[in-house]
Amino acid sequence: MRPSISIEFEPVIGLEVHLQLNTKTKIFCGCANTFGREPNSHTCPVCLGLPGTLPVLNKKALEYAIKIALALHCEVNPLIKFDRKNYYYPDLPKGYQISQYDLPIAQHGLLVISSGGQAKKIRIRRGHLEEDAGKLIHDDSLGCSLVDYNRTGTPLMEIVTEPDLHSSQEAYDYLHILKLTLQYLDVSDCDMEKGSLRCDANVSLREKGSTTLGTKTELKNMNSFKAVKTALDFEIRRHQEVLQNGERVVQETRLWNETKGTTFSMRSKEEAHDYRYFPEPDLVPFVVDKKMIDAARQTLPEMPDVKLQRLIRDYQIPDYDAGILIQDPALADFFEQCAKANKGIESKKICNWIQGALLQELNARKKSVTTISLTVQNFTDLILKVENGALSNLAGKDVLKYIIDSGKSVDAVIQEKGLAQVSDDQTLDGIVENVIKENEKVVQQVKEGKASAIGFLVGQAMKKTEGKANPKKIGDLFRRRLLNE
Amino acid sequence: MNLHELTAHELLDLIKAKKTSSQDVYAAVKKQIQAKEPQVHAYVRVNENAPMSSPPKADFPIPIAIKDNMCIKGQETTCASAILKGFKPPYDATVVKKIKQSGGMILGNANMDEFAFGSSTENSHFGVTRNPWNLACVPGGSSGGSAAAVAAHEAIWALGSDTGGSIRQPAAFCGVVGLKPTYGRVSRYGLIAFASSLDQIGPITKDVHDAALLLKMIAGYDPMDSTSVDVPVPDYTRSLVNNVKNLKIGIPKEYFIEGIDPQVKQSLEKAIDVFKQCGAQFQQISLPHTEYAIATYYITATAEASSNLARYDGVRFGLREIPGQTRKSPLIDMFEETRDKGFGAEAKRRIMLGTYSLSAGYYDDYYLRGLKVRTLIKEDFDNAFHQCDAILTPTAPTTAFKIGEKVSNPLDMYLSDIFTISVNLAGLPAMSLPCGFSREGLPIGLQIITKPFAEEMLFRVAYTYEQNTDWHQRKAPIQ
Repeated sequence: MRPSISIEFEPVIGLEVHLQLNTKTKIFCGCANTFGREPNSHTCPVCLGLPGTLPVLNKKALEYAIKIALALHCEVNPLIKFDRKNYYYPDLPKGYQISQYDLPIAQHGLLVISSGGQAKKIRIRRGHLEEDAGKLIHDDSLGCSLVDYNRTGTPLMEIVTEPDLHSSQEAYDYLHILKLTLQYLDVSDCDMEKGSLRCDANVSLREKGSTTLGTKTELKNMNSFKAVKTALDFEIRRHQEVLQNGERVVQETRLWNETKGTTFSMRSKEEAHDYRYFPEPDLVPFVVDKKMIDAARQTLPEMPDVKLQRLIRDYQIPDYDAGILIQDPALADFFEQCAKANKGIESKKICNWIQGALLQELNARKKSVTTISLTVQNFTDLILKVENGALSNLAGKDVLKYIIDSGKSVDAVIQEKGLAQVSDDQTLDGIVENVIKENEKVVQQVKEGKASAIGFLVGQAMKKTEGKANPKKIGDLFRRRLLNE
Repeated sequence: MNLHELTAHELLDLIKAKKTSSQDVYAAVKKQIQAKEPQVHAYVRVNENAPMSSPPKADFPIPIAIKDNMCIKGQETTCASAILKGFKPPYDATVVKKIKQSGGMILGNANMDEFAFGSSTENSHFGVTRNPWNLACVPGGSSGGSAAAVAAHEAIWALGSDTGGSIRQPAAFCGVVGLKPTYGRVSRYGLIAFASSLDQIGPITKDVHDAALLLKMIAGYDPMDSTSVDVPVPDYTRSLVNNVKNLKIGIPKEYFIEGIDPQVKQSLEKAIDVFKQCGAQFQQISLPHTEYAIATYYITATAEASSNLARYDGVRFGLREIPGQTRKSPLIDMFEETRDKGFGAEAKRRIMLGTYSLSAGYYDDYYLRGLKVRTLIKEDFDNAFHQCDAILTPTAPTTAFKIGEKVSNPLDMYLSDIFTISVNLAGLPAMSLPCGFSREGLPIGLQIITKPFAEEMLFRVAYTYEQNTDWHQRKAPIQ
């Protein structure tokens, strides 16, 4: 048996993210930039690469790219140009992709991730603009391949990190915060399933403490952040086994197979394309002046890390709660508006309602707070009613459901549904008396000192009133009667 | 009166005076095409469905020949290549749109070297065009069809494209006026690309006045072409003045190379005398990097061409060939077979040259160095224009050569563009106009070069020469 060499390895990971920008039109022509339409319905001579056509840069795409560059703390190159990346494939109508080679729009940035409770700076090597290709559809029943050029010319921003990530978890955390940042900028749907965000990973292993890089493999075909993580885990293990057996890692591109949970070789380094990059002569170099950068800077929203700190500071809410709120900038905005409505509700209570009942309703409807008809007024009214005891917690959740669906006021819903909390002593007393009669055994337990059994009795009383009774009052009544408190 | 033999500006005067109509002009030219086309073969295809007259208020109701590399909506456009057979563009090139808007009647697609690769029109998939001055000779290229059509009066005027001399050299060979505008002066949208950083569309006409009219019609910024420049288009007819007094004209010493035809040299010297008599001053200038121009050109142009021609893959339009037996994969087989069958020898040669010079490990030595030399060549001209207003050279070192004479020697063929190529590399405007005839009766061309966007100076110098000579009035003796 081969003696097992116990060397501790450290993974070195770099990520390449391709992001589809959600501009109204494509990057080099006026076609609509939309997803999921009739094949080839959003095409024109330019994006079909017909002879004689020429690209014209969509200024919006450039604007978005500058925003991304600024958000990722990149240097924006004052002079950018486009280059042609030449290769043959049926989904690439011109036989080359217009991309950026040596003068990308963005360089030398960084993104701070929080991994395992620790902040870590991940350097961004570069970000560049390019056009997306079309889509091949292999139809076995027809015995041929079809090609849809709707996606051709969709603006893409490629964001490349330095090899600064050292675990699959860090890669996952990086993707998460990157996506959040991009969502804040509102420059992309960031939907991996729809392909509006795609991620390739480069991974190699080296001896812990070493500064030289090992031989890397490139992983493609991961369709979710989770897939990136599991593919990296698989690949790291594979490298480790290869190295521990004293063998060498082969530099190659490997595809992740989700169903099998493995990676397999797609092409080796020798088979890699020579893309014959050269400056795109159909587009003149473009000067990105200070004015453009300043204009883009002014449209930058507050970034998630900044928002997090501010929410904690300004509203005195726990880190955890603020962390949840910033996941959706619209939700965080909604929270702030509610807190500012100044109805004397504790911020933490608003957080609880948002994280609990509201998120549950939103998730059930697959909607965002901006796409339902819930006003700040209504939501804070509701919380206030529950806080004041006019509504039970349970009834409050019901009311929320109704006001989301109908857009009616809290009062109107309460009246309509008869959900007002019953608090008058006479009515409640009668109910309590009935419950005591019907549950002699439990009553006996309470009297013998098992105070916690009161909860059961309260539950019974609530049932009788269909949740409308004020549970605190009911509890008091039971205690008064049974324990003489 | 032979309407088809007149210039556009003469015809416009007659139409305005109601002495003739666009319909009559069209009919006369059509008749000439029917009579002479079998000998000349200036057209790849004659447009049988063109409107036979112009709307009454059209600005330029003139029949025109369009080189087969400019897209005409719904009308087969092939770049004289088999690979584009059957390709009917769904859109008009910007220049075609402008011609249609001004009432121009498009006679057909003029013949050319395949994808504009050549200097003789012998590389056309559809057969060679013959020189109207001597049917045994080439008309030059690559816009040979356009120049021959104008010289044979099979068109009143024509559009050509010029990447390294493709308007000027055939204009010289056919005894007509050919103008390559400043790079960016005319929109390239719809011009099927050969070398994007060098290509430019321009007029081929019977005289300088017509060139001024046609350039005015097609020039101007186009939002569809990012390389077109937003500079106002002047009324070039205002520059048609017979006056070069005290203008400084430069003669580059590097252009009097060995191998230049003594008759061409003699004609140029006589032209210099004409200018001197008109009061122009001459001085020798130097364009020291001239000797690198052809090498630089063939690296830059072929590199861009190799990429521009990648789209001809059989997937979406034009020819698609599938071999009987699977060789590599159905996809690769289709790419290879289509391109093998569809491209001619010169196209393949240039695609390979260009692919090579862009390849990893060669890029720095070839393409990148080419870009640097290109800058030096441009600086040569910048420096020269500190000393002079215009530069005078022969258009081509020889007169039209015999059909077949240079086919087997591509390098020799490349040399016929030696005087024109630098102008494209530097992005300058230049015009060729007739300046004499050889003993064999073949036309000789004179090239005038000016600063970027100084086409007005070009017209002034050319017009003065034309007014003081009568070469442009000679008619080709096609039987």
